[in-house]
Amino acid sequence: MSIIVGAETKLVVSGLTGREGTFHGLRNRDYGTDLVAGVTPGKGGQDVDGVPVFDTIREAVDERGANTSMVFVPARFAAAAIDEAVGAGVETVIAITEGIPVHDMLKTYWRARDAGVRLIGPNCPGVLSPGKANVGIIPAQFFDKGSIGVVSKSGTLTYQIGNELKQAGLGNSTIVGIGGDPIVGSDFIDVLTLFEADDETELIVMVGEIGGDAEERAAEFIAESVSKPVVGYIAGFTAPEGKQMGHAGAIISGSSGTAQAKKDALEAKGVRVGTSPTEAAQIAGETLAARA
Amino acid sequence: MPSGRHATTVDEAVAGADEVGYPCVVKAQVRIGGRGKAGGIKVAENADEARKHAEAILGMDIRGFTVDEVWVEQASEIDAEHYASIILDRGEKKLLAIVTAMGGMEVEEVADRDPQALVRRHLDPGAGMTSEIGGELAQEAGIDEDVRDQVAEMLVKLHDVATAEDATLIEVNPLIVTTDRRVIALDSKVTIDGNALFRHPELAELDESSSDDPQERMAKEKGVTYVKLDGDIGILGNGAGLCMSTLDVVAQAGGRPANFLDAGGGSKADAIVAALEVITSDEKVRAILFNIFGGITRGDEIAKGIIEAVRRIDIDVPLVVRLDGTNSEEGLGLLADADIQNLHLEKTMLGAAKAVVELVEGS
Repeated sequence: MSIIVGAETKLVVSGLTGREGTFHGLRNRDYGTDLVAGVTPGKGGQDVDGVPVFDTIREAVDERGANTSMVFVPARFAAAAIDEAVGAGVETVIAITEGIPVHDMLKTYWRARDAGVRLIGPNCPGVLSPGKANVGIIPAQFFDKGSIGVVSKSGTLTYQIGNELKQAGLGNSTIVGIGGDPIVGSDFIDVLTLFEADDETELIVMVGEIGGDAEERAAEFIAESVSKPVVGYIAGFTAPEGKQMGHAGAIISGSSGTAQAKKDALEAKGVRVGTSPTEAAQIAGETLAARA
Repeated sequence: MPSGRHATTVDEAVAGADEVGYPCVVKAQVRIGGRGKAGGIKVAENADEARKHAEAILGMDIRGFTVDEVWVEQASEIDAEHYASIILDRGEKKLLAIVTAMGGMEVEEVADRDPQALVRRHLDPGAGMTSEIGGELAQEAGIDEDVRDQVAEMLVKLHDVATAEDATLIEVNPLIVTTDRRVIALDSKVTIDGNALFRHPELAELDESSSDDPQERMAKEKGVTYVKLDGDIGILGNGAGLCMSTLDVVAQAGGRPANFLDAGGGSKADAIVAALEVITSDEKVRAILFNIFGGITRGDEIAKGIIEAVRRIDIDVPLVVRLDGTNSEEGLGLLADADIQNLHLEKTMLGAAKAVVELVEGS
């Protein structure tokens, strides 16, 4: 197995006819992802390089059996596109769009959760299960198939770590970018739960950054409910208080949300935390080798 | 809010004080919290005191922000100081209302000293805040019975404003009860979600994410994601996480980063030129580190940007470049052919961090 995306994924892309949507949607298909449909209101009946386009996600589900939706529409329409996918009966929604207002996400988060739909993102690079499926913008060439699960708030930082693992001859079961927004559909705990249950995953690398308390919560959860080894990395030790560091969620307010607090919380629960992406990858390699 | 007057000069402030009457309060108008602690809120008993306070406060620096404006209002006869806020709780994915009878100090302080005194309630995304919930919170917080309804109404209003204006924080502190039993929001702080400014053009005008820093202002104009820090090594990375990580690794190598700059995904040459213009406009910068791991971003585009920037702007500090990922080999080839002075190519992130620190220390 792998988690969230795999051989069983049938993908519908909201915004497939847009420039980015076309580029990444077809790139995902080239990787081997089963791209079954695109959706753009008013463009039903067209196609993008042979992929049928519908007016609604419901039609893509009914006619093409789509079970996973990727959202690539502009920020002000993106929450509605997620809502539409949730209502149309897909199992998983992966929202790449950056810049969705947080009050929109507050409502959309609960709609997805109440409907039992797994939401990844928004403002995330997507999910890659090497050798099986890629949904999103993660460059698959930096990752090999293997037994390390990666869950991360950051895209490029994940590529950095993935590449170091690959150079060390290690690979990944699934790489999950959960996104750097204040409200994301799935947090570390949701993804750790899936990796814990996934028989292909032997070790989990968790990549966090300043802001919020998702890493601290994850530390508690790891101590109680994760039997597999977890290696951590946190970015933002040099970030000043009160300044947003790129991601909408990456901001230290008062004494909470600092990288040190997160590192301390993880180490207190027995998670080894690398001081650089390089060291995190090394620790992961060592830990895996010691188990073999 | 009590009625008052805006003033941008000392004379205006004194005239405003005369109009609202004495005693009055002179308050610094800045877009950051903590002004009371910094001496930005003073009570004046007469015109001389109003003048003295206005002189002290106008032009004052509060946590990096210069005070250009004061608000002068009638001093209320205060019987009690409370606290109320609506904030976004990221962990619970809900709005959270907090009320405490102990106002006037930082809420974190209350949490440390007497956590029992803080009353918290997560709000259901459908129902929001009602006067019933507000009344319960006021009661649990131990606020006097005769003013609970007013506090409840205030909470409903705060929630309405939070949702209507896309606020992630609305904090009223102190929320005062006057001797004649009125409830007044004496001081408040509001944080608006930057992602939602498109539907609040009037708030977007206020926004400059409030920077007095010339580089940060320049970055904003050019659409560059930049945060000024106090070191001397300019940093350019792609992606917020990798960029933060680069700052950390440079600091671990003994260097001091001058900035955070996320060139973003899919940067084209022009964006790199703009980014370098911002970084080099900071005179403290003595070397610049590029740390690029291309996913959507293409290494050849980054290299073209560097070559173009060197041609267009005068860069007299060394550049250390680590280029990896998509099209990195093409990019490295372009850079090698361009024969740029003072350009150092490094293979790894750690190697690049060490190299840039050595260059600064050796210069």
